Amino acid sequence: MMLKANKLNTYYGLSHILFDLSFEVNEKEIVCVLGRNGVGKTTLLRTIMGLTPPHTGSINFKGEEVAGKRPYQLARRGIGYVPADRRIFPDLTVRQNLEIAQKPGTSGSNSEQWTIREVFEFFPMLVKLENRFGNQLSGGEQQILSIARAIVGNSDLLLLDEPSEGLSPLIVGDLRERLLALKNKGLSILICEQNTTFAFKLSSRGYIIDKGRILYQGMVDELNSDEKVKDCLAI
Amino acid sequence: MEFSDILDIIVGGLTSGMLLFMVAAGLTLVFGVLRIINFSHGAIYMLAAYISYSVMALFGNAPNTYWMALLIAPIAVAVLGALIEVFLLRPMYNREHLMQLLVTYALVLVIVDATKFLWGPDPKMVLLPDILSGRIAILGATFSVYSLVLILIGFLTMAGLWLFLNKTKLGHIIRAGAFDPEMTEALGINLKFIYTFIFSLGAWMAGLAGVLIAPLTTVSQGMDSSVLLDAFAVVVIGGMGSIGGAFLASILVGLGNSFGLLWIAGIAIAFTFIVMAVVLVVRPWGLFGRPIK
Repeated sequence: MMLKANKLNTYYGLSHILFDLSFEVNEKEIVCVLGRNGVGKTTLLRTIMGLTPPHTGSINFKGEEVAGKRPYQLARRGIGYVPADRRIFPDLTVRQNLEIAQKPGTSGSNSEQWTIREVFEFFPMLVKLENRFGNQLSGGEQQILSIARAIVGNSDLLLLDEPSEGLSPLIVGDLRERLLALKNKGLSILICEQNTTFAFKLSSRGYIIDKGRILYQGMVDELNSDEKVKDCLAI
Repeated sequence: MEFSDILDIIVGGLTSGMLLFMVAAGLTLVFGVLRIINFSHGAIYMLAAYISYSVMALFGNAPNTYWMALLIAPIAVAVLGALIEVFLLRPMYNREHLMQLLVTYALVLVIVDATKFLWGPDPKMVLLPDILSGRIAILGATFSVYSLVLILIGFLTMAGLWLFLNKTKLGHIIRAGAFDPEMTEALGINLKFIYTFIFSLGAWMAGLAGVLIAPLTTVSQGMDSSVLLDAFAVVVIGGMGSIGGAFLASILVGLGNSFGLLWIAGIAIAFTFIVMAVVLVVRPWGLFGRPIK
């Protein structure tokens, strides 16, 4: 088991956002969390990353209880965070963005160790952008760099928040192919999406959430043919 | 007015500008990374000046013991700065800004009273080593060697900080942490150490400035508040958090004051604040700052 969350409750100040969420991600598995805007998908990822720690509940990552740990401690244990707004450092070049994120993987992780050179080989589009500053990149380039930044830190689990948002269909296709390649290299991925088609093509299992609660869960094929799921997602 | 007179005014302006920059650089660096307005910066500067006096007294008070003071006093206040950050500021980062201001302001009162208690109310003299106390003639004008050295140190400080922040990995991490602390931490970087390091570096720079200015004046009560006001003005003119901005603003204010004295004797005191007012009206975020979204 890569990640197992049990009965997470998260608040922003006084407002209760996540209600008793339980979910899991297996090794080498891509799992999607679907739901409309504002149902708590971003909060879910922030909760796992320690940016908005859960009020109650447990988060087990690779066999260790990590709820309440600081974000840098979770990153060093192998969780890579790719936020919806990408959050590339605008005054640093592509290479510098990667350099500051570089760290060794945890011992005992079964994925290989990445170097910056290997990340450039994996995402060839970054090569010609190497010396470009973060604020000179297009949305798609920023998205790829944000994922590359999580990978160069030798993460075992990637948390992706709406990676397809604002990207052209062509780039979304490339992105899907690269994410599947990462899975084949041994990474686990938890992906929050509004783009159901993209998420279903990528994932093996999924959770549908609404108003901070899990409504449906199951294999992607089952979810995809379920009329209630389609109603909930308004597709 | 002869050419040598103009040269004299330029050197005088640059000297005071560079001394101002040495104080302002630490202030703006700490604000840029920690988002804390450090009122105690001036008190740390004064404390280092007093320590330099005591170090020289300890080593026999000969002018050449100044080098020892220059080495030891800034390191002493850098250690103090690290302790202040760890024990007093760290618990305050999640509190409102007002609490942080109160802590740094309380430090001013504590440090100033401590200097009064330890060194008494009388001004202390700090002597320059022989090699720095002479005068040399350049292009028909004579300058104090120390003035030229101070100008050189100011430019070297700027160059050193620029190289550190732009050409080293630690510098890149510091800039990333200043821009987006949350994302930087999510990449596995423990910002606690960065904050301690930066506050300590800021204190070291304040200390260096305090020791450098000591031989030009006397070490006395009040030297903290007079420099802090000008340093804040320079930081605001340059853009809060911008070291390059503080550098240019320091030169502008230094030269403006020395040329201003020539034309209107009374304007020098007001000049800095006139510039600040104009900059704030035209660019509220300062010459090189960024508008806060």
